[in-house]
Amino acid sequence: MYRSHVLICGGTGCTSSGSAKIEEALRTEIEKNGLSSEVQVVKTGCFGLCALGPIMIVYPEGTFYSMVKPEDIPEIVSEHLLKGRIVSRLVYQETVTDDGIKSLNDTDFYKNQHRIALRNCGVINPENIEEYIGRDGYQALAKVLTQMQPDDVIQTILDSGLRGRGGGGFPTGMKWKLARNIVKDADQKYVCCNADEGDPGAFMDRSVLEGDPHVVLEAMAIAGYAIGATQGYIYVRAEYPIAVQRLEIAINQAREYGLLGKNIFGTDFSFDIGLRLGAGAFVCGEETALMTSIEGNRGEPRPRPPFPAEKGLFQKPTILNNVETYANIPQIILNGADWFASMGTEKSKGTKVFALGGKIHNTGLVEVPMGTTLRTVIEEIGGGIPNGKKFKAAQTGGPSGGCIPAEHMDIPIDYDNLIGIGSMMGSGGLIVMDEDNCMVDIAKFFLEFTVDESCGKCTPCRVGTKRMYEMLDKITKGNATLEDIDKLEELCYYIKANALCGLGQTAPNPVLSTLRYFRDEYIAHVVDKKCPAGVCKSLLSFEIDPDKCKGCTACSRVCPAGAISGTVKNPHVIDKSKCLKCGACMEKCKFGAITKK
Amino acid sequence: MKSIEELNAIRDKMKDQVGLRSENPDCTKVVVAMGTCGINAGAREVLNTFAEEIAAKKVKDVMVSQSGCIGMCKYEPVVEVYGPGNEKVTYVEMTADKAKEVVEKHIINGQIVNDYVLK
Repeated sequence: MYRSHVLICGGTGCTSSGSAKIEEALRTEIEKNGLSSEVQVVKTGCFGLCALGPIMIVYPEGTFYSMVKPEDIPEIVSEHLLKGRIVSRLVYQETVTDDGIKSLNDTDFYKNQHRIALRNCGVINPENIEEYIGRDGYQALAKVLTQMQPDDVIQTILDSGLRGRGGGGFPTGMKWKLARNIVKDADQKYVCCNADEGDPGAFMDRSVLEGDPHVVLEAMAIAGYAIGATQGYIYVRAEYPIAVQRLEIAINQAREYGLLGKNIFGTDFSFDIGLRLGAGAFVCGEETALMTSIEGNRGEPRPRPPFPAEKGLFQKPTILNNVETYANIPQIILNGADWFASMGTEKSKGTKVFALGGKIHNTGLVEVPMGTTLRTVIEEIGGGIPNGKKFKAAQTGGPSGGCIPAEHMDIPIDYDNLIGIGSMMGSGGLIVMDEDNCMVDIAKFFLEFTVDESCGKCTPCRVGTKRMYEMLDKITKGNATLEDIDKLEELCYYIKANALCGLGQTAPNPVLSTLRYFRDEYIAHVVDKKCPAGVCKSLLSFEIDPDKCKGCTACSRVCPAGAISGTVKNPHVIDKSKCLKCGACMEKCKFGAITKK
Repeated sequence: MKSIEELNAIRDKMKDQVGLRSENPDCTKVVVAMGTCGINAGAREVLNTFAEEIAAKKVKDVMVSQSGCIGMCKYEPVVEVYGPGNEKVTYVEMTADKAKEVVEKHIINGQIVNDYVLK
């Protein structure tokens, strides 16, 4: 019997900021103070507030310690765990009020959130199946196997309005229905899980796998029962070692407890799951390429139809859902379709997890009801933009998505609204940009990614994206003409219409959306040969204001190219032919005499 | 595992444990003063008895927590019980046996044990 639980985040974010050392120190101190039988240390998944890691929560009080260091641990143990005095200076300062400590659920970061997919993340020990069971785990599987027909399960998912959380937003129930019915008398069907999260900036799938792996296993078994499959595969990227390890543990525990394997709960239903590791190719997140890769072949997409529901993995009827999609399934089964459908907007039900990154205070993971505005997510939950800078745009949907400008900040976020304004939901990466970001440079960044990750099978993507990148490069170097912008736009539409798979078809989106909302920035690069945000190096020039320069020589000493000349106490001059535009002089100048144009 | 009964048995066993990890603003709070004075007078045994008894009797919505010295060192171990409406009862000179009695009478049946209340 433990009177107190100390939860430490063991997700990738906090692990990289040193939570393993905290855990070790905590166990040692607890032992030293003779509290081992009273206080339980639990390593959990992600709490979401990754910017403040390593994070530690002490229950029953719910005290949230942030940015904990190993040397803080003796004080926390002897003061808080032994003597009951919360160490206020180490507590997340948002929770500190004049009358003491307020609940985490009342902070700006958590109060607007609604956690369904992340309900167990940061609450349970992901390596202990019994903790998952204690939070109603595997109850949904028990319910479908004993009280529901496969068609009822599919109907429930259809009625809930759940749509694929991996990006496309296809109705999940429809996918299941097709896989159940399209091929009569299939000897084998498959249930696959897409855990090949590859969008730059998105990490919600990783957090679910690390924090609550059993929810994915349970949902896949439910899907197997619904469509008539006995085998599942999770395709997870090998760059997620913690997720892979916890999945392995979870699968073994589920087998041990008879929750995977033959005749689950004594019924006729048998289901097992295998892990397949991806080797880091972005294209393998595309459904047909993913299946080709599981089959042991080079991960390349193939044309559809036939769709996977008819001929998928090993040419058998297959469903493929994303991790976050699966994480919603058990809760829908237990609480009913109406419960789920009561949240969200008309055509997008439930909640969505977003990974906040870029120029934002609370970098981390948030789950909000569909229809929440971008403003709420960025300004309230995300805590706004650091250093008093102005919001310029939010990038959603990764390399397949687009940039949302400030004028659309009050649009309720859902699948259809985002497509309407030229972006897409994607997997939920949300990168915030401020006035210091150049939109042409951003478009170039995503194109560079696409060029690198194009599998090369179809010409529009293999050659087209390369040409797009070259045009963008020309623009950022100030060598382009207005005609080039028109050509670039034309090429975008051509690739959109002709690429083989979703990745190629959506690759031009970052360019199209920035052209739509920030065309003036493109024009500034081409006509005025200026980068308004001051990012594109070729277009920058550094100058010293002779009136402000005191001749301290700091700039000339730091310049790596020897481009600055002048004598002590006299104004210095930059030789533009030698200047590398590194900006070191500007950082060094104490008098604000150096300007970047 | 062969049956749903076994699954439910594990769930029930674990529910109380993981249930500790949620905040319920309407719960009854048992706060044991754990300053040096309290610990010397046996507050830890009292604290653990409260935690164990409440778990053993499966009492719902009760949180057992600690505070530091509240300035009544003479009366330690001191235990404050806050009801759902935040009304406070202060018990003094507690022992493990008295703690069991308070759980039984006050927390489960709602009758304040006047003999141990601060006069």
